[in-house]
Amino acid sequence: MRKLIIDGKEYKSRLILGTGKYKDLKETQAAIKSSSCEMVTVAIRRVNIGQDNESDNLLDFISPEKYTILPNTAGCYTAKDAIRTCEIASELLEGKKLVKLEVLSQSKNLFPNVLETIKAAEILVSKDFKVMVYTTDDPTVAKELEKIGCECVMPLGSAIGSGRGIINKFNICEIVENANVPIIVDAGVGTASDACIAMELGCDGVLMNTAIANANNPILMASAMKDAVISGYNAFNAGRIQIKDSASASSPSSGLVTGE
Amino acid sequence: MKVLLNNKSTFLDDGLTIKSLLNQIDMKQKYFAVEVNEQIVPKSNYDIFLIKEGDKIEIVTAIGGG
Repeated sequence: MRKLIIDGKEYKSRLILGTGKYKDLKETQAAIKSSSCEMVTVAIRRVNIGQDNESDNLLDFISPEKYTILPNTAGCYTAKDAIRTCEIASELLEGKKLVKLEVLSQSKNLFPNVLETIKAAEILVSKDFKVMVYTTDDPTVAKELEKIGCECVMPLGSAIGSGRGIINKFNICEIVENANVPIIVDAGVGTASDACIAMELGCDGVLMNTAIANANNPILMASAMKDAVISGYNAFNAGRIQIKDSASASSPSSGLVTGE
Repeated sequence: MKVLLNNKSTFLDDGLTIKSLLNQIDMKQKYFAVEVNEQIVPKSNYDIFLIKEGDKIEIVTAIGGG
């Protein structure tokens, strides 16, 4: 069984949660607790000057002493903007260098802009950032990002927030088989079975936000996701049976009371 | 003097430091960062960094996101 080590720290939980779209910060906190995750991703945005600066402070609810805070570059469409956001995040988090790099191509599908992502990853790695990179499910791109020196490669299951699950299992398998860094499915999970499938494919973890935050009961869904990730991971390690064309009875064919 | 503070045109007293600006806006958050003209101002420089006319100041923090 492969340990999940990111930036030198071993994680027992293979579930990473986003912190957006919750009703309020108390619900965010409760969902995170229910999921037993150890790492959460956050966005970097301007402070609302003029409003009560003591209220609505996410990191008062999600303590950086307890959780690994993974600042992301969501909303960035160029390498330049993503790098700038990472620099700000590092200053904000007292010099921490772990970041989630995400450079988008267009607002409709939020697909990664692979060219800008690679450009940003090269510069960030050269500046000693530990980069967890959101990318497409293209195995060639995933390998390239590993070669650049990214800490983790995080292919999408499907479009961010779409809940369509793992669209291309074959690509995810191909990425996992060729990887020497952790592979974490980021985006597209809709329900627990999607998270379970990602882990059954051999991924090292799953990152999700909308599937939990927009569920009717986010706290319960967070718990379901926790179980799904554990189940999928255990099933992968246990080794699934071969798929056969014909049936194979589980009960012995001999000794039937109705038999001879 | 006129500056752009978090993308809003704002009038500030001349000779203001980042530290005095943060006091003025009653900034009490623990985790935030300050950028002036796209250059990060380290926390250790807040009390000596003088804001100038036309500066583009960004004060940012971590919020919910995925």
